[in-house]
Amino acid sequence: MIEEEEIDLLLTDLIEVHGYDFTHYSRASLKRRINRLWQLDKFPSFAELRYRVRSDTDYLKRFVEEVTVNVTEMFRDPQFYRALRNDVLPTLAAKPFIRIWHAGCSTGEEVFSMAILLNEANLLHKSLLYATDLNPEVLETARAGIFAMAPMKQYSENYILSGGKNDFSIYYTAQYGYVKFNSSLSEKMVFSTHNLVSDQSFNEFDLILCRNVLIYFDKALQQRVLTLFDDSLGPLGYLALGAKETLKFSTLQATYRQLAGEKIWRKQS
Amino acid sequence: MAETKLTHRAEAILIGGSTGSIEVLLRLLPTLPDPLSFALIIVLHRKNTADSTLANLLSLKTNSPFREVDDKDLIKPGTIYLAPADYHLLIEQDKSFSLDDSEKVNYSRPSIDVTFESAADVYGSSLIGILLSGANADGTKGMQAIKKRGGLLVAQHPDTALVGYMPQQAIENTTVDHVLDVAGIIEFLNSVNTA
Repeated sequence: MIEEEEIDLLLTDLIEVHGYDFTHYSRASLKRRINRLWQLDKFPSFAELRYRVRSDTDYLKRFVEEVTVNVTEMFRDPQFYRALRNDVLPTLAAKPFIRIWHAGCSTGEEVFSMAILLNEANLLHKSLLYATDLNPEVLETARAGIFAMAPMKQYSENYILSGGKNDFSIYYTAQYGYVKFNSSLSEKMVFSTHNLVSDQSFNEFDLILCRNVLIYFDKALQQRVLTLFDDSLGPLGYLALGAKETLKFSTLQATYRQLAGEKIWRKQS
Repeated sequence: MAETKLTHRAEAILIGGSTGSIEVLLRLLPTLPDPLSFALIIVLHRKNTADSTLANLLSLKTNSPFREVDDKDLIKPGTIYLAPADYHLLIEQDKSFSLDDSEKVNYSRPSIDVTFESAADVYGSSLIGILLSGANADGTKGMQAIKKRGGLLVAQHPDTALVGYMPQQAIENTTVDHVLDVAGIIEFLNSVNTA
């Protein structure tokens, strides 16, 4: 088990040697992730773990990917997608152009879910989906649009619960335990690395989705990131967070109005 | 030496359970002292859908403030907290909650081990862990962590549980201070922090 002081050493190394700042990540979760990796990779001591992280850039990639959480699924919380479909997309339909940012998109399941919604609302042709993550590796998966077959049954059920009317399988072709989503969906996607801790706003958006990312940050970092989103949202733009995330600790609370019963907020003015 | 009645002091009490534990909570919650002198944190294995029926059901059984946890909520004494579906529930050094949607542990999210281990780090000897009915070994490592930090352990007597496996695992793999039936657990909870 890693000691608090050892976590501090590791975090300092990560900033000084590699430029990754994890100091404002939720400490309890970070500690668990580091302990998990320590066990998985069977380091005999903290010194060995620290040495690998400091000096081996390939291992650093693994460390960052394993310490951050990359769990995601398609149409997670179907009623959330139902609200996007019924309450959010219709208000964007009149725009000549729709810009959406998936911040912390991981392997891209939510981006493809969004593209399917846009396609069914006949809006995909005039939309652009920016999808960013800290990890270059997960973006490669997202860019390829190839996912394991096994969870598709669950995703298909989620899709139907979200108000989807089609047979979900029209969106992909299956082969050897994997599915590849149609390129007509990914054509409007732009994938890029972006670190919410240290990078700035890069465009103005109509909708920003950042679900189950802020839970890994402490309150100070959450406020920084929410301000970044505020700076990146156009007038009357929408911000969507995860099921247990909230604006209640943030200064944005005053200038955003929450859609009834959903973790979707609309910027006022 | 005069015999003194042992009372346990705790800032927080954790209750973990799986199959058969909701029935126990429904009996137990109405009997708790009001106001509560500790924070009560409940971690149950549940369906991974984000619906509030379980929270509503349990909250009806108590007059104490009851909430399903939102990320970064501060832990207040006298309040009962329920771990939300499909997230691990962790506790930070400043006594606030963090949520985590990483891999399931013991096929479970929330996992009892994750919350118990994290709470042991923060509360040390001022923590009590209670393990109820269940068909899974989740909770045992968490109970070990609480013991290691000087906290106190209670398990539902396996013969009185709908499924005895979960408390049995803890009893076999760590030193549980009290093995009690539901009436005993109620009596125990009412004795915490008295005199």
